[in-house]
Amino acid sequence: MPNAISIIIVEADRDRATQIVDSLRDAGAYDIHIIGETAGLSRKISALNPDVVLIDIENPSRDTLEELALASGPLDRPVAMFVDRSDDGMSSAAIEAGVSAYVVNGMQPQRLKPILDAAIARFRMFQRMRTELAETKRALEERKVIDRAKGMLMKARGIGEDEAYALLRKTAMDQGRRVADVAQALVTAAGLLS
Amino acid sequence: MKGSVLSVGFIPLVDAAPLIVAQEMGFAAEEGITLDLKRAPSWSSLRDMLSFGQVEAAHMLSPVPVASALGLGGAGARISAASVLSVNGNVIGVSRALAERLRAQGHDFAFNDARAAGLALIAAARNGLRIGVPFPFSMHAELIYYWLSALGLPAPQGVHIRTVPPPLMAEAIGAGEIDAFCVGEPWGSQAVETGLGELLLPSSAIWAFAPEKVLAVREDWAEHETALLGRLIRAVWRAGRWLADPSSHVLATELLARPGYLDLPSEVLDRAMTGRLVISPAGEERQVPGFLEFHRGAATFPWRSQAEWIGLQLAARTGLDRMEARRAANRVFRSDLHRQALNGIADLPGASAKIEGAVRVETSVASASGRLSLLPDAFFDGRIFDPAKE
Repeated sequence: MPNAISIIIVEADRDRATQIVDSLRDAGAYDIHIIGETAGLSRKISALNPDVVLIDIENPSRDTLEELALASGPLDRPVAMFVDRSDDGMSSAAIEAGVSAYVVNGMQPQRLKPILDAAIARFRMFQRMRTELAETKRALEERKVIDRAKGMLMKARGIGEDEAYALLRKTAMDQGRRVADVAQALVTAAGLLS
Repeated sequence: MKGSVLSVGFIPLVDAAPLIVAQEMGFAAEEGITLDLKRAPSWSSLRDMLSFGQVEAAHMLSPVPVASALGLGGAGARISAASVLSVNGNVIGVSRALAERLRAQGHDFAFNDARAAGLALIAAARNGLRIGVPFPFSMHAELIYYWLSALGLPAPQGVHIRTVPPPLMAEAIGAGEIDAFCVGEPWGSQAVETGLGELLLPSSAIWAFAPEKVLAVREDWAEHETALLGRLIRAVWRAGRWLADPSSHVLATELLARPGYLDLPSEVLDRAMTGRLVISPAGEERQVPGFLEFHRGAATFPWRSQAEWIGLQLAARTGLDRMEARRAANRVFRSDLHRQALNGIADLPGASAKIEGAVRVETSVASASGRLSLLPDAFFDGRIFDPAKE
């Protein structure tokens, strides 16, 4: 397919990359490459000469793409980050979703839209998963701290587990703080005193 | 108006200190604001977060707002520099192999002579020098171009400047991707610490008073939220004054070292704060006066002439019209907003532009209270930039 838009996806995680490719394939027929290794990124991209580059905003190597904007004279604008302030909020949506796209060959905006729509939807999902993972980790940490605080109270006061938790909860409510914070304070203080 | 929360983006570097200190040491609270500090993964992301309103203010490389005004990179939102956050603070380092060649040539690593170091570097470079900088629009890139072209190495033809994110700089030099780098602390010290590089020069040896990071805001936000911006400027200015006191250094490095900020050992951060740098894995030390300034010599003042110098360098490198670039750059550094916010609080210069490179020794200048002195700001080759004559 000679006229297919060529897209490079910069993504180290194989699974994520495959999922982005699948979403894009649903959106249209594109010629898609994946770059997983970010060393020498701008050279690799120049060699493949794509129309569009998609990269996760969290990826620090994104800064190397800015170099492409200077590669063959800034006045020709061979590379522009797709975002401009004229469009219908698509740029903001992309940034919120955590994807940045670079248009390399001055492509028509209407040809870019389906690509971005698909990428944005996929990246939103990744971001939800990222948040969920962080939340789960935090909840797990907090449970551990609460358990330790409960154990300390049980030992120090000779009370049962339910009673220890009730005491933590009551203290938290009296002080307008979260149970996890009270538990953390207790654990920290105990560490200092021991 | 109590309790306004401002989201402020930063990149994990020692020179983000004024923002972190403003929040942590209560200077923001004194102004009735809370800074919600957001660590950004890259300069381009931070610039976009600012352009699209995810943050109200940002820690920014001084050439980025100028580049944006010139249409280089970014989404086209007008960005203003309301304050300079820091002056100087970068280091130039080389790979262990290149350091060996420099030593074999007889270079002394005196760490204060940009001409000697630059000539030695050019002589030791075999097939073209590859130098890593954090961003194409950065004081790092501008100083490297200025330094090497003044010494006769044609830039950009004779030198390959590559963009490498600061946390990956040590790795890139270890992997032989680059021969040298110019980077902000603590990443130069980190390269020494990991045994992958040695330091050749502080950036202040090239330009003794280079505006490094600025407090960047959207121009339209600055117009609509002038009062709020004033509070932010004052909080950050007081943080800079606190940082300039040597007795603050220990606490400041501990704050910066925290996991939410730089998440690095405080002893590595301490080197930039005190200007006492370890330049080689063998442990050689060099003391650099004025290595990183947050306050002294009206460091926070955004001189229009600094912006013009940056604009002219960018124009020369990219083939843009010089006069237009100067005009566009001049508007970006907002000495007017800075002065308005600090009127009656800080002793600020009476002028908004100066002859860059003309101050050779600490010099008193006209100011509100008459007690202000400027620190040396010479370029290593003695050139000056006079905005009135260019």
